[in-house]
Amino acid sequence: MVASPSPIPLLSMRGIDKSFPGVHALRKVDLQLHAGEVLALLGENGAGKSTLIKVLSGAHLPDGGSIRIQGEDPQITSPVDAQRCGVAVIYQEFNLVPALCARENIFLGQERTRVGFVHHGNEQRSAQELFERMGVTIDPEAPCRTLSIAQQQVVEIAKALALSARIIVMDEPSATLTLKEVERLFAVVRELKSQGIGIIYISHRLEEIFEIADRVTVLRDGLHMGTHPIADLTRKGLIEMMVGRKLEEDFPKRRCKPGGERLVVEGICRDGFVDNVSFSVHASEVLAVTGLVGAGRTETARLIAGADPCDAGTIKLDGLTLAVRSPREAIRAGIGLLTEDRKAHGLVLVHSVRHNFGLPNLSWLSRLHWINARRERDEFARYVDSLQIKIPHQDQLAKNLSGGNQQKVVLAKWLARQCDVIIFDEPTRGIDVGAKYEIYLLINQLAAEGKAIIMISSELPEVLGMADRILVMHGGRISGEITDVSNANQQDIMQLAIG
Amino acid sequence: MVEQRLSSVFVRFTADYGMVFVLLSLGAVFSLTTARSQNPGGAAAGHLLADQILSEVPDNADVLIVVGETILDTRFAEVLAQDLDQGGATVLQVVQGGPSQVRQTLEEIASRGTVVDVIACQVRQSRYRFIRRPSSALKPLADARVMVPKPYFWPDFLKTSNIRAIANRVVVIAIIAIGMTFVIITSGIDLSVGSLIAFSAVVTALLIRMGGAAEATAGVMVLSGLAAIALCGALGAFSGSMVTVFQVPAFIVTLGMMQVARGLAFILADSQSIYQVPESFTLLGRGFVLGIPNPVLLMLMLYAVAHVMMTRMTLGRYIYAVGGNKEAARLSGVPVRRVLLICYTACGALAGLGGVITASQLKSGEPNYGDMAELEVIAAVVVGGTSLSGGEGKVLGTLIGALVMAVIRNGMNLMNIEPNVQRVVLGIVILGAVLLDKLKKSGWRLPRD
Repeated sequence: MVASPSPIPLLSMRGIDKSFPGVHALRKVDLQLHAGEVLALLGENGAGKSTLIKVLSGAHLPDGGSIRIQGEDPQITSPVDAQRCGVAVIYQEFNLVPALCARENIFLGQERTRVGFVHHGNEQRSAQELFERMGVTIDPEAPCRTLSIAQQQVVEIAKALALSARIIVMDEPSATLTLKEVERLFAVVRELKSQGIGIIYISHRLEEIFEIADRVTVLRDGLHMGTHPIADLTRKGLIEMMVGRKLEEDFPKRRCKPGGERLVVEGICRDGFVDNVSFSVHASEVLAVTGLVGAGRTETARLIAGADPCDAGTIKLDGLTLAVRSPREAIRAGIGLLTEDRKAHGLVLVHSVRHNFGLPNLSWLSRLHWINARRERDEFARYVDSLQIKIPHQDQLAKNLSGGNQQKVVLAKWLARQCDVIIFDEPTRGIDVGAKYEIYLLINQLAAEGKAIIMISSELPEVLGMADRILVMHGGRISGEITDVSNANQQDIMQLAIG
Repeated sequence: MVEQRLSSVFVRFTADYGMVFVLLSLGAVFSLTTARSQNPGGAAAGHLLADQILSEVPDNADVLIVVGETILDTRFAEVLAQDLDQGGATVLQVVQGGPSQVRQTLEEIASRGTVVDVIACQVRQSRYRFIRRPSSALKPLADARVMVPKPYFWPDFLKTSNIRAIANRVVVIAIIAIGMTFVIITSGIDLSVGSLIAFSAVVTALLIRMGGAAEATAGVMVLSGLAAIALCGALGAFSGSMVTVFQVPAFIVTLGMMQVARGLAFILADSQSIYQVPESFTLLGRGFVLGIPNPVLLMLMLYAVAHVMMTRMTLGRYIYAVGGNKEAARLSGVPVRRVLLICYTACGALAGLGGVITASQLKSGEPNYGDMAELEVIAAVVVGGTSLSGGEGKVLGTLIGALVMAVIRNGMNLMNIEPNVQRVVLGIVILGAVLLDKLKKSGWRLPRD
């Protein structure tokens, strides 16, 4: 359903220009949002989506251009101004205080008071009403840290509504949700839409865009590539608009066939997370592990990589039983884990990319504890070249890179380590389409070298497109295995994942 | 483009050497404010005055040397007499003592009718009334020329003795600050170092007393010192294992260790000063090699080693990584616990070394040494640009930080600023340094909340 455009758009951004030292982030970008519409904002990482949103939310001042909300110029110069004008942004990382309850978070900074005291009853009623408006049930008195990620997201939205927001920006809202939760999120979004709220929806998952969006605005390298109703677009056309080149296929073909068994996991357990999991990975094989969030996939990977201690079970590599008690020992044995959360677990953000690259590799980049700095520099330069990592110099701090480039630095550091078993945990999360394809190519190349690959992913098209074999987990156990991947479909996997 | 590169060079230079700049400016300010006319003393003055006398008065002059009672005066007289002797002048007598004593001796000399060509003395003696305007009893001396070493214009701050005083003060703090830098880079803290100074000093002195007291051999002294350092290292390792194995916050662990070590020091010393140590024990703390105090040499060597370790060796890289992101470091195969343990052990051992140096400098071990030293050490590290949130910092920055604090303190002493005002100033310096560091990191803008 496409909302009929009202004469005055809810939000109209015209000719927005913004430069940072060395980067022209936005070049005369236009964006229009009508009441009761979902506008998808698309673009690769670094295309300027975040900058545009930060201009709208008052975090950045634009160098040029105008913003009009319902035809009026609201003079947004700070986040408080934006809030006052009814603009709310829900970021990937939530702004909730974990120890406070849902109600307290919703009214944080705008408490309903009566003679100076917080009016609990009033707040509680309002919170209930807000939740009802979205068709969800959440206990307003539950501390936020006990809520699921999906519930926390709803609390964030309720917080925006409590501020009587008319424009809600959602930045990658589905990134950490399970399929079922995404569906519930969409129900909430449709509910908001029907109440005349304009929604800007940012996502890398094109399937979702086609399901929920009315129109799509595409940015590329800070330029406005165009805005079209979703009905006029195809998936392929959309990708081409974003990356500026024609994509032959979503997933590259692999030419190698799996060889003999390399990694054999037997009956590993971790109390409360992983329950008696056994499987094997062959040489040149990509084994995809999928399931809902909380199914124990990441936890299983952490056991194999020595990040958490096993309560029971054995892990064998090439016939040898490994006693892995720490990541250090696992790495020495030839097992590398590329974690899901790059910022928290993959990189030391305050250090240079080269030092990050060197961290797992110092044992062979050094002699008698002396680091061979030149060798480290040369090796890293080789990977910067081959992975096309975009950095001004090797001393660039990791925190200043875009998500895709950060992931490439993580890849570089593990590729250089030459592990026999490589575990990718959500390797393409938060990464743009072009970079995704490059990472798939890399995984295939590693498989061709005879390595055993485990790829954990929630994105079913990716799982189906990349895997030689699929394991589905549910509640800490393996609930099913799909060996004939070419004839499998998403429904088959979901059946197993739901358990 | 060029402009950008220039500005980035400037930014990196100020980031790396900004504090050097502050240190040099402080030196310049204190040099200007404490500049005044100086009277040379000691051996240097002796040489100087001998040259003056030999060039200005005819050969074979008869010289009477009048000096005060200090060691410097004695040295002055010795050198002067020796130089004059070699230059062909005759030294009649060296008159040493207080005013009345000098007067009495001079009267005796005068009564013997001895002819004196030159009275060589220090400025203080030249101002004695009986030398400026000799009375009748001293008439025969009235024709003698009174000569003093030529005064020169120089800041108190830059006098060798003052520089040495700064160095001696800073050395213990700076050595311990190396270990503290390691610990703070791992985003920890060690509050026990002040107490460990006392513990180490007491243990060293106690062991020397048991190993022969004032007659103890060099071997006993070296072993005593090493034993104390090893014990402090062990206490540091204990703190480290509490932090790593039981994951108790470092602040609490080392707060406890601070009390334990201080208490042990008082118990071991029986609340007394232990001073039964040989004279030669002061060699470490007061000795010189090529005019540089031994502890300063030791400190410079340790800084060189630490700097190389932090920038060129795997351990250094690991220390930064553990502080920058412990979990990422662990998952990258960094032996996090071992690294932390090494840091706390090194910090304890270096505090132990600081204690041994303190004991040597003061020629005794007392349980109240190093009171509040932990705060001075932490201040040096923070002023040196190491972030308390971990992952960032430089060892050489810490040395500069320690010097900045010591120079400010010394400069204020020279300017006779009241101790309580000094505290206020030093506190403001710490706050200012941290503020500057924050502003520098946020690109000279106010951080948003």
